[in-house]
Amino acid sequence: MNEHSATAAMPILSVRDLDVDARTPEGRKPVLRNVSFDLAAGETLCIAGESGSGKSVTSLSIMGLLPKASLTVTAGKILLGDRDLTSLSDRAMRAVRGRDIAMIFQEPMTSLNPVISIGTQLTEAIREHQGRDNADAVALQMLDAVHMTEPARRLKQFPHELSGGMRQRVMIAMALSCRPKVLIADEPTTALDVTVQAQILKLMRELKREFDTSIIMITHDMGVVAEMADRVVILQNGSIVEQGGVIDIFHRPQAAYTQQLLAAVPILGAHAGIDGPPRVSAEPKQPLPAPDRSPVLNVRDLGVSYGSAAGRIFKGKPPVNAVSDVAFDILPGETLGLVGESGSGKSTTGKAVLGLIPFTGQVMIDGRKIGMLSQRDMQAVRRSAQMIFQDPYASLDPRMAVGRAIAEPLVIHGIGNRTERQDRVADLLRRVGLPPEAASRYPHEFSGGQRQRICIARALALEPKLIVADESVAALDVSVRARVLDLMLELQETMGIAYLFISHDMAVIERMSHNVAVMRGGSIVEMGRRRNVFEQPKDDYTRALMAAVPIPDPAARRHHG
Amino acid sequence: MAILFIRRLVQMALILLGVAAITFVLLYALPADPARMIAGRSATAQTVANIRRELGLDQSLPVQFWSYLSNLLQGNLGRSYAQKTEVATLIMARLPATLTLMFSGIVVEVVLGLTLGTIAAVRRGGFVDRLVMMASFVGVSAPQFVVALLLLYVFAATLGWFPMSGYGTFSHVVLPAATLGVLGAGWYARMVRSAMIDVLNQDYVRTARAKGLSSRRITFRHALPNAVLPVIAMIGIDIGQFMGGVVVVEAVYGWPGIGQLAWQAIQQVDIPIIMGVTLTSALAIILGNLVADLIAPVIDPRIRTR
Repeated sequence: MNEHSATAAMPILSVRDLDVDARTPEGRKPVLRNVSFDLAAGETLCIAGESGSGKSVTSLSIMGLLPKASLTVTAGKILLGDRDLTSLSDRAMRAVRGRDIAMIFQEPMTSLNPVISIGTQLTEAIREHQGRDNADAVALQMLDAVHMTEPARRLKQFPHELSGGMRQRVMIAMALSCRPKVLIADEPTTALDVTVQAQILKLMRELKREFDTSIIMITHDMGVVAEMADRVVILQNGSIVEQGGVIDIFHRPQAAYTQQLLAAVPILGAHAGIDGPPRVSAEPKQPLPAPDRSPVLNVRDLGVSYGSAAGRIFKGKPPVNAVSDVAFDILPGETLGLVGESGSGKSTTGKAVLGLIPFTGQVMIDGRKIGMLSQRDMQAVRRSAQMIFQDPYASLDPRMAVGRAIAEPLVIHGIGNRTERQDRVADLLRRVGLPPEAASRYPHEFSGGQRQRICIARALALEPKLIVADESVAALDVSVRARVLDLMLELQETMGIAYLFISHDMAVIERMSHNVAVMRGGSIVEMGRRRNVFEQPKDDYTRALMAAVPIPDPAARRHHG
Repeated sequence: MAILFIRRLVQMALILLGVAAITFVLLYALPADPARMIAGRSATAQTVANIRRELGLDQSLPVQFWSYLSNLLQGNLGRSYAQKTEVATLIMARLPATLTLMFSGIVVEVVLGLTLGTIAAVRRGGFVDRLVMMASFVGVSAPQFVVALLLLYVFAATLGWFPMSGYGTFSHVVLPAATLGVLGAGWYARMVRSAMIDVLNQDYVRTARAKGLSSRRITFRHALPNAVLPVIAMIGIDIGQFMGGVVVVEAVYGWPGIGQLAWQAIQQVDIPIIMGVTLTSALAIILGNLVADLIAPVIDPRIRTR
């Protein structure tokens, strides 16, 4: 850190009083106001904030990549050395992009062109900015620098042949190929599994030194901020609420918003020493039907395979086992946290236990075996088991009023008449913390967190005994996420609902679960009481998973520099 | 790969069989009597009955179909009732003209559609975009014979740049191909435009911009190949549409292709020719789809099989 005090006098990049407006049919709306910060040489600056804070707009302004039709810089300067980037012509700005300032994005799966080879995508930037002589050699060096195995073969491959982590390595190689002074990374690890995230963050720290680059990192994840940042800028609604050194921000936050943000971050290990999830409701705990502790969900030998469509004359590939030998029980009022990385089979398991996809083995919900049931009996089972999905934006019909959406399960199951259902909807909305008037409004009038509450209300309509929640808070901002999790815990305490809680996020799982099952490659590698799994993990994979989770405390950094 | 190929062949055979069966049944159900047509108005009932027996038309539908099929499997399409010539010979004589017309029509629609659609997408919301959209709307909605007459009036009758009708030289093919291509060009311009707008909003285009590439390279190297993929799939399906247009265009321009042959045959209830032309166009559509499926992997590595 001593180098940055020495060079603080001359920042590499300096943003001064930046204002950005959005052009909307109703006129101009402010998106950024008075944003000012400096990036020193060799420094990593993290811009943190929740959705709508303007952090991505800030990075796109620096790159000169704001969509011209909708967003414009109306005031302020962006100084790269002594040049003001906001006053450059398109042509001059093009020469800056990729050469002086490069950028990597959130979605490695869609950020590379699917029809162009990795080699061409790597070399075209080099050719554009540095001439054509040695582009291939540089590309090869770069793939080597980001630790890609068999770099020569990778050059001929196409994006779909690489995993998400490998694609993000290619993106980094591409961005650094012209040795830019500044690298902007917009949520570079958000779409990646936690173990892959740890590798990519390590790589970025390593390359920052090797390529002598300064990094601006945009993220919503305070854990990532704590791991990476030298200095932090906290954005809220388009304005900076606080900026400072990483230790100050985390240990002595001044602004109320920063304090809130940090308080909402789930911390792995925060619940050590306690058996169940924390109590959240003020009401006295409902006595559970203690004598009857037979499991509400009982799963044995569960298997799911894809691609085994029977009766086809020419069979293509052999079937792939997505899930095999999965077995667990969930007791009433308890939560089983199902954790794993992408492709571990956790979502497939969730769908199979509700009979939404074909499976082998035995699944019993509330004492009834599903899979062998008639259509009518299956409907009865569906009443006692509901699902909440990941994306609250996609799981509500945009043309259906919220009240109708919540009442729909009641209608399907023929419960109550019109007025009774209306009363029930109002009651459900109150339960999830929304006003009853919300019933007549449409999904687009609500925020992501509110929509997820609506989805929860819909799931509650039939008073289920079991709810399968598949990454139900993954798309939400941390503060919203914390409130939705609290709501789910409260509903469990008051209504005795059992959850199958599926998530990739170890901290969220720790907060929610009584029992935890860790999945990998379609099987459960470790299962037990939460406390045992988190405090004395037995499986190597569980340990690796926990070690990879970034700790939202810069003092606890596990690396140096 | 070999299994895939065999599967494709079986599919093709089944489709052709289905087309043959359906067409045959439809023609059988036709109220017109081919024997009467051949014999003429003044022929006696006896003559008509003789002709019917001679052609095998007095037999039941399954028997007739079976004998047609067994001939077909030996590569024999039968003889024309009216012209007393082998159907295969008639079709082969006219096929080159139709293929020339179709090929030039497809070139016109694809080149015109791609160019206009791309320009409109890049200049989205501007004057050029609106002009292209309006023109494509006219292209899509104008009936083909109207387009044909318009082109004839302007470029043949008034300006005299191209001949009114006929077949043989390049200048003969220009107006028919344009007529045939205008409709498709309108469709493709709209399709390419919306596909391009979609692609230009993709993350990988943003990546390309972030690299500092020129907008020309972004448009042609990064966006266009992705936008063209759905168009290629369309062209295969489109050939069916095209066959309908071919009949009209050949009639208007006196183009000696199988469209005209079919037109005459329909008027004369010349069943073997109608069957032959139908099967030929079905084969053309199948082959067109096959070609589209073969081109797509050249552009899109995700669907390449090794």
